[in-house]
Amino acid sequence: MNIIRIFKTVFLIDFLTGLLIAIKESFKPKKTINYPFEKGKISPRYRGEHALRRYPNGEERCIACKLCEAVCPAQAITIESTAREDGSRKTTRYDIDMLKCIYCGLCEESCPVDAIVQGPNFEFATHTREELYYNKEKLLENGDRWENVLAANIKADNPYR
Amino acid sequence: MEYIVLLFSEIYKILYVLIPVLVSVAMIVWLDRRIWAFVQKRRGPNVVGPFGLFQTLADALKYIFKEIIIPASSNKIIFILAPIVTMTLALIAWAVIPFSEDYVLADINVGILYIFAISSLGVYGIIMGGWASNSKYPFLGSIRSAAQMVSYEVSIGVIIINVLLCVGSLNLKDIVLAQEKIWFVIPLFPMFVIFFISSLAETNRPPFDLPEAEAELVAGYQTEYSGMMYAMFWLGEYANILLMCALGSILFLGGWLAPMDIPLFDIVPPPVWLILKILFLFVLFALIKAIVPRYRYDQLMRLGWKVFLPFSLIWVVLTSGYLLYFDLLPVY
Repeated sequence: MNIIRIFKTVFLIDFLTGLLIAIKESFKPKKTINYPFEKGKISPRYRGEHALRRYPNGEERCIACKLCEAVCPAQAITIESTAREDGSRKTTRYDIDMLKCIYCGLCEESCPVDAIVQGPNFEFATHTREELYYNKEKLLENGDRWENVLAANIKADNPYR
Repeated sequence: MEYIVLLFSEIYKILYVLIPVLVSVAMIVWLDRRIWAFVQKRRGPNVVGPFGLFQTLADALKYIFKEIIIPASSNKIIFILAPIVTMTLALIAWAVIPFSEDYVLADINVGILYIFAISSLGVYGIIMGGWASNSKYPFLGSIRSAAQMVSYEVSIGVIIINVLLCVGSLNLKDIVLAQEKIWFVIPLFPMFVIFFISSLAETNRPPFDLPEAEAELVAGYQTEYSGMMYAMFWLGEYANILLMCALGSILFLGGWLAPMDIPLFDIVPPPVWLILKILFLFVLFALIKAIVPRYRYDQLMRLGWKVFLPFSLIWVVLTSGYLLYFDLLPVY
């Protein structure tokens, strides 16, 4: 027993075995993805960047009920609203401070008309803080850009809501 | 006029060695990270340039633009001097490395002694950095590093005596030319292994990277460094690794000599052989970094003083006895 151990130590047997395993392992397929060019799968329920959606005819979905503002635990949402000429209630201001936001998804859950949603986008890092104070234009623009994906995600998640 | 011409031709010759060394240091850092990643089944740096080759250049550029923070309680002169010393010492040792029979900057007859002296001085950069930082982690790291480098230098010295017994000259060119018949790695194989392991310890590489053991000492003697000064430490470290690989291939793997004297191998220029041997040793360095855990400090000291030193001393006796008995001692 002891002799075998001494033999192993002197001839670096364990060490050479490890080296061989290392060389063998290095030719096996990689376990990581090639990130910026290849992305992992994201669940339809993923809570990423916010967006305000529109109806197919171009009308804003948001009815300024302020449920999201009330439910937001981080108090990141600020809404101001008036009645429009046609009598409907619409927002004049819809700001989200993305730096305060904790991405809990409660705004999305509380919304009765699926207006505010959290999309699959998580790559919205910016150079300055100011760029992360989202206003209504920015959120609507996000909604327009991601509408296809957002609608598909809501549809996919529908049975579980 | 004559002196100016001489000066510029010398500077030209120095740059002719220095620039390839600096470029290859950058490439070697990339290779190190890449091999490490491959063993762990990751991808490693692969975005900047072809296969991520320019990653190190991008990193260096980033370091240049970073702020250099000098701690208020540090000894400023020594703090700034330490990375400069480390990098300079790592680079000037390349002066005596022969890339081929006539491509060597300084063909001095005590080449190996010179390299030995320079690499011993390398400890100073680390001690200065650790002491001048005036902070506990760098201090502990530099003390460890000093003890480690001094103890492994001893066994490297004894191993080199083995080689010198077979050559009879301290000139690196003579050492390579003495290996024309047979590379010293074959008759002195145990010495080659011990030299390799000692050079891991000498360059603070895993498993002997105690000076910068991140689990206990943050980053060892580099903790307080930032920006370009940190990059210089880094550069010095990798230049040192490259130097130890070059020394290993000159002492044991026949330097610029081709493995066999067959016509096909003659076409390849001699420096390419040296570079291939350095690369081979470096790949081993990188693989070992990926597979071994870190030694405990007392284990490290035990290995250096109680195993390597006696073993290489006994081997000196064996080598000299063999050479004397068979009347093979080289005459100069």
